[in-house]
Amino acid sequence: MNEQSEPTEAAVRAEARAWLEANWDPNLGLVEWRNMLADTGWGMPAWPEEWHGRGLSSELARVVEDEFHAIGAIGVARAGIRMLAAATLLEHGNQMHKQKFLRRILTGEDTWCQLFSEPGSGSDLAGAITRADLKDGKWIINGQKVWTTSAHHAEWGLLLARTDWDVPKHRGLSYFLLDMTQAEVEVQPLRQMNGHASFNQVFFTDAVIEPDHLLESLGDGWKIATTTLMHERRGADGLRRWEMGTDRPERAYREEREELATAMAPYKWYPQRTGRVDLVIQRAKETGTFDDPSVRQEIAKLLILAKSAEWTARRAREAQVQGRNQGPEGSIGKLAASHVARLANQVHTQISGADAMLTGDDSPMDGVIAEILISTPAISIAGGTDEIQRNIISERVLGMPKEPRNDTDRPFRDVPRNTIS
Amino acid sequence: MSFSFTDEQVEFRSVLRRFLADKSPTAEVRRLMETEDGYDAEVWRQLSQDLGLTAIHIPEDYGGQGFGFVELAIAVEEMGRALLCAPYFSSIVLAATAILNAANEDQKRDLLPPIASGDIRAALAFTEENGRWDTDGVALTAAVAGDGHELNGVKSFVLDGHTADFIVVLARRPGTSGDEGLSFFTVAGDAPGLSRRLLHSTDATRKLARLEFQGVRASLLGEEGAAAAPLAKTLDRAVACLANEMVGGAEALREQALDYAQMRMQFGRAIASFQTMKHKSADMLIEVELAKSAAYYAAAAADEDGAELPSVASLAKAGAGEAYMQTAIHAIQIHGGIGFTWDNDTQLWFKRAKSSQVFLGDAHYHREQMMQRWQG
Repeated sequence: MNEQSEPTEAAVRAEARAWLEANWDPNLGLVEWRNMLADTGWGMPAWPEEWHGRGLSSELARVVEDEFHAIGAIGVARAGIRMLAAATLLEHGNQMHKQKFLRRILTGEDTWCQLFSEPGSGSDLAGAITRADLKDGKWIINGQKVWTTSAHHAEWGLLLARTDWDVPKHRGLSYFLLDMTQAEVEVQPLRQMNGHASFNQVFFTDAVIEPDHLLESLGDGWKIATTTLMHERRGADGLRRWEMGTDRPERAYREEREELATAMAPYKWYPQRTGRVDLVIQRAKETGTFDDPSVRQEIAKLLILAKSAEWTARRAREAQVQGRNQGPEGSIGKLAASHVARLANQVHTQISGADAMLTGDDSPMDGVIAEILISTPAISIAGGTDEIQRNIISERVLGMPKEPRNDTDRPFRDVPRNTIS
Repeated sequence: MSFSFTDEQVEFRSVLRRFLADKSPTAEVRRLMETEDGYDAEVWRQLSQDLGLTAIHIPEDYGGQGFGFVELAIAVEEMGRALLCAPYFSSIVLAATAILNAANEDQKRDLLPPIASGDIRAALAFTEENGRWDTDGVALTAAVAGDGHELNGVKSFVLDGHTADFIVVLARRPGTSGDEGLSFFTVAGDAPGLSRRLLHSTDATRKLARLEFQGVRASLLGEEGAAAAPLAKTLDRAVACLANEMVGGAEALREQALDYAQMRMQFGRAIASFQTMKHKSADMLIEVELAKSAAYYAAAAADEDGAELPSVASLAKAGAGEAYMQTAIHAIQIHGGIGFTWDNDTQLWFKRAKSSQVFLGDAHYHREQMMQRWQG
């Protein structure tokens, strides 16, 4: 849509409201309703008109979202990795890919997973060694992925695999769409130190990919993966928000509730990994430690850190809204969140005293406190470790030089790599 | 609550930054810190009369410009960045604010215009030799004598108290304690019975004085026995401003350390290319940016004048105290041996960080203040 034909906010609001009033019916089946959204573009108004959207700006898309919210209408499926898949396909997929996958992503019929990280390459993602070899006109996949959200119920996977071992690492990767339902793909849950299994390990033993399920060209894998990761950092993975749906009785709400329960079940502990600063004062009062001067000092340190981080995020957002150049305040949120979580863990420990040794129903708040104490390390690792964040800040914000590397100037097969994984 | 600056505020900052870069280079800071007065009269004239900085937050009715604490905070942040040696914090942030909060209408009309124009410099004397920042530390007495009052006792750590034209003094009615019986008085700098001595301060860019009052005739400022509330109000605002001054200094140090690391070659590489330096620099950025956010929030809260200010002012001061000192320690470390020499400028900010850490209450004190006044 070009600028001349950009509609006004009021017009979009009126049109969305009228359409919703005429069509929203909570007694519809979820898939049936979402197919109507895909047909009309109201589900993803910022997408292009030819692909289930209306070509609206992201500001106007938010107006449409408000109207959905106001009337209580359910939107397209968003939970899990599917929106990362959709964004990647929109940008890099061909006609066939978009035709085949986008609608079923929006209706919630297909679940996706992201097959990037490997046991031997976490922060160094471009060091992936899962291989794709062309045999008799098909791609044959062998190797292992890890930290794979949703893999246990995914129909499709976004796979980064090595197709050329004789060029430098970033150039030998290709990006595939993998059928997860085939027998040659084995998914095992990965149990974390807090007892939950939010992720999986995925093993490929001669798994098969049709040649037309390669995205763009051979060797474009890193470029496309960057798109996916960029959307992940912007929070499009639907895991940042804790969503439960509503408890209303009609069919569509019921089906959405089930969908969200399945998608979110492995992440019940996610609020705890942030350190739960919100519980600290209440817990100190309950335990009678609130008048202890040393506890008060530690709580104050935590509140100072958490509030300063919150206000820094507000500064960054406001700069963005005003179209100002975002200063360094925009790049430090993730690292600040790690600091908050780590300090909150210590404060909860101090407040809980000996109870900090207990877990489950023997522990405070029916295990929530115990879960905080053993979950905060995740926040400093997942989605880019603290160390990688510091590299990014120092290089991109502060303009400091990269360290010398010995992996980008030679064929990947000559790069030293992990022998045990 | 706004989380960004207006275009006018951004422009104001950049004008000020250029002015201070020109008038307060470190050679000038070093010259002035060795003098007893600790400021340059011509620069003071320019910043008050040409730039109007002494009038920022004073209402137009009293000869000021009628801006708010956000603008005042920008000014002190830039002054902290440039380590400006001038009686600005003492006269404008402390004394003028105390007069605004405590004085009656006639006194404001009388006292504030010459402060706003920079012709007169005032100081606020509230701390005593016990170094306490709360009212329990106030022992100096004001006894009724004739148709006025007579002050007896000692004030200390009085910012620019040795050069101020007049002093706003916090005193108590004999026999009272705590918040009770406190009043503000004004005393001329050359009043009979007042002896003033410049203290030897580690941070020579911040001049502190000891003032001894022996039967000094004083004029009551505002209401007798009712100074506790305006004092608290003044200190909350001053603490918010000090936090802004501190983050200005911290940012200057952080940038200097980064520039040095980019330039310094060891083992055939700029030391900035070592990951240990990069991670340290990233951590310094985070500390300073978080402290800036809190300082800016506190300044905005001072303008909103709501119930939130007391706790967020203390929050910002405690945060800035830790951030400034930690940045100074890192900055010396990044400079290595040269950073510990007198000729290297890093030491100037290190000492300012140290005096700021303590002035108006250290981080421990403000964390407890914050907890007592927390609004949730």
